[in-house]
Amino acid sequence: MKSAAAIIVLLLALIPLPWLVRSDFWLNFAVLTLYYGFLGQSWNILGGYGGQYSFGHAAFFGTGAYTSAVLQLQLGFNPWLAVGLASVAGGVVAAIVGGLSFRYGLRGSYFALITLAFAEVLRILADSLGFTGAGVGLQVPLHPAVVNFQFAGKSGFYFTMLVLTALGLAVVWYIEHSRFGARLMAVRDNEDAAQALGVNVYRVKLGAIVVSGILMALGGVFYLQYFLYIDPEIAYGPAVSIAALLAPIVGGLGTMCGPLLGAAALQLLNEVSESAIGAAPGLNLVLYGAVLVLIIAFLPEGIAGVARLRIGLPRGRAA
Amino acid sequence: MVEAAIIVPAILNGLTTGAVYALVALGLTLIYGVLHIINFAHGALLMVALYGVYFLYALAGIDPYLALPIMIPAMFALGYLLQRYVIGRAGHGKDENVMLVTLGLSIVIENLALYLWSSDTRTIETAYGFATVDLGVALIAVPKAVAFVGALAITAVLWALMRWTDLGKAIRALARERRGAQLVGIDVEHLYAVSFGIGIACLGAAACLLLPSYYASPHIGSAFVLIAFTIVVLGGMGSFIGALVGGLIIGVTESLGGLFLGESLGKIGVFLIFIAVLLFRPTGLFGQRV
Repeated sequence: MKSAAAIIVLLLALIPLPWLVRSDFWLNFAVLTLYYGFLGQSWNILGGYGGQYSFGHAAFFGTGAYTSAVLQLQLGFNPWLAVGLASVAGGVVAAIVGGLSFRYGLRGSYFALITLAFAEVLRILADSLGFTGAGVGLQVPLHPAVVNFQFAGKSGFYFTMLVLTALGLAVVWYIEHSRFGARLMAVRDNEDAAQALGVNVYRVKLGAIVVSGILMALGGVFYLQYFLYIDPEIAYGPAVSIAALLAPIVGGLGTMCGPLLGAAALQLLNEVSESAIGAAPGLNLVLYGAVLVLIIAFLPEGIAGVARLRIGLPRGRAA
Repeated sequence: MVEAAIIVPAILNGLTTGAVYALVALGLTLIYGVLHIINFAHGALLMVALYGVYFLYALAGIDPYLALPIMIPAMFALGYLLQRYVIGRAGHGKDENVMLVTLGLSIVIENLALYLWSSDTRTIETAYGFATVDLGVALIAVPKAVAFVGALAITAVLWALMRWTDLGKAIRALARERRGAQLVGIDVEHLYAVSFGIGIACLGAAACLLLPSYYASPHIGSAFVLIAFTIVVLGGMGSFIGALVGGLIIGVTESLGGLFLGESLGKIGVFLIFIAVLLFRPTGLFGQRV
C-alpha cells in the first residue's frame, strides 16, 4: 500500500509540469520519456514479470497504430472511438502470437525468434496491402482539436501520456498484488515447478501477453496521434521492439518503476550525446546498444537494482 | 508446364542464392550447436564483412574472390575477439543475457556503420558482373554460379574440418558435453571463441561470394538474419546438412514467392515457413547436433 501511495503522489506531482516547464523542448522531452517508459511498461509485464523475452513487440504496437489510422482514414472514425478498437486489435494479435507459441511450448530464444517473425510478417503485409497505404504509409491530416485527439500544444499530449503511464502502473500494481501476478512470477522463476504446483502455465502466459499487447497497441495509437504518420518500418520494424525492451532492462526488469527510470536515463543520454557530439543518424542507437551490453555485463538488475542496494528499497521480485 | 521457361530459371536462381544463405546459416548453426546461443549480431557481422570486401575492392583494387584469403581470417579474428572478450564475459552464461548482448552488439555495429558510411547502398562493378553461363535450360549470371559452387565447396571444407581434424573433434566434444570436455583438458573458453570465430569466418566467405551480385548497406544484415534463422530452424538447430538443405529450400521459396506474389509480398513465404516450423517441428528437418 505504501508503494501505491508513493506512486500516486509522484503522478500528482507530475501534473503541474506543463505550467512549470514553459519550453516546448523540455515538454517534448517529458512526453517522449513517458512514451518510451510506457512501451517499456508494456514489455515489462511479459518480459520482466513473466520472463518471456519478446523481440517483436512491434507486432502489437503497429497493429494498434494501423488499426486506428485505417479506421480514421478509410472508415471515417473519430480517433477517440478508434482507441478502443485499436487496443482490442493489439490484444487479438497478442492472443494469436501467444496462443500459438505458448500452446506449442516455445520458450527462451525460440519465443524471441517467433515474435520477431510475426512482426516481420505483419511488416510485409502492411508494405504490400492497399488499405494500409503500402510503402507510402498513412498520414492523418492535422486538425488540432481535443475532439480529434490532437492538441494544439504539447501539454495535451503530456496529459494523455500521464494517464497512460498511470494505467501502466496500475496494471503492474495489480500484478504485484494479485494471484495472477504471483502465478506469473512463479512461471518466470521456475516454469516446471509452477506447473507442478498446479499453475496453468499456458493461461497465465497468455494473460500476460494479451495485457502487454493491449498496452503496446495503446502506445501505437499515441504515436500515431502525436506524429500523425505511420509506415510499415515505423510500425512493425525492429526499432520499436528494441525500444520497448531497452527501457525495462536499463531501468530494472520486473520492477514497477524500472521502465520509467530506464526511459528517463536513455532520453537524458540521448540529449546529452546530441548536444555533445551533434545529431548524426545512428549515433544515439550506437549509444543505446552499448548501454544495453554494459548494463547486462555490469548491472543485470538495472538502475532500480542499484537503487535497491544503496538505499534499501523493497524488492518487487523474487529473483 | 506452360511456364517452365520462367520457373526453371527462377528455381536455379533460388538455388544459387540459397547456397549463399546456407553459408550464412552454417555459421549461425555452428555457433548455436557449440555455444548454445542465438547470435543476433550475425546479420550485422555479415554487413561488416560486405563492407570489408567493398573497401578492399574500392580502395585496394582487390577482386572479391581474391579477397577470400583476407576476409576469412579477418572475420575469424573479429569473431574470436567478440566472443572471448565481449559476449562470453557480458553474458554471465545466462541464455537470455547472451541473447540481449548479441542484440546490443548488432545495434551498435549497424548504427556505427550508418554513422560512418551513411545509408547509401554500395555496389562494385567487375568485368564478369554481367556475364552469364548457359546451362541449356537457363542462363545464370556468372557471379551467382561462382557463389553457388564456392558456397558448396566451403561447406564441404567446413564439414571435413569438423569431421576429421582434432580441432573438429574437440569442438564436437565441447558441443556435446562441456564439463567432460573440460575434464579431458580442452581449453573451453578458447575453443568457444574459436567456434564463434569459425562461424563468423563463414560470413567473410559469404560476403566475398555475395558482393559481385549484391550490395552493401548498413541495414542489409536484418534482411539476412531472419532468413538465416529460418534456415537454421528449418534445418534443425546445430545441423550442418540441415543448414545446407534448408538454405537451398529457402532460396527457392523466396525466388518462387517473388515470381508469383511479387517482390514485396513474396518474402512472406519465408517467414510463414519459419513460424510453421517453429510451431510444429521446432527440431527442424535434421534435428541433430553438430
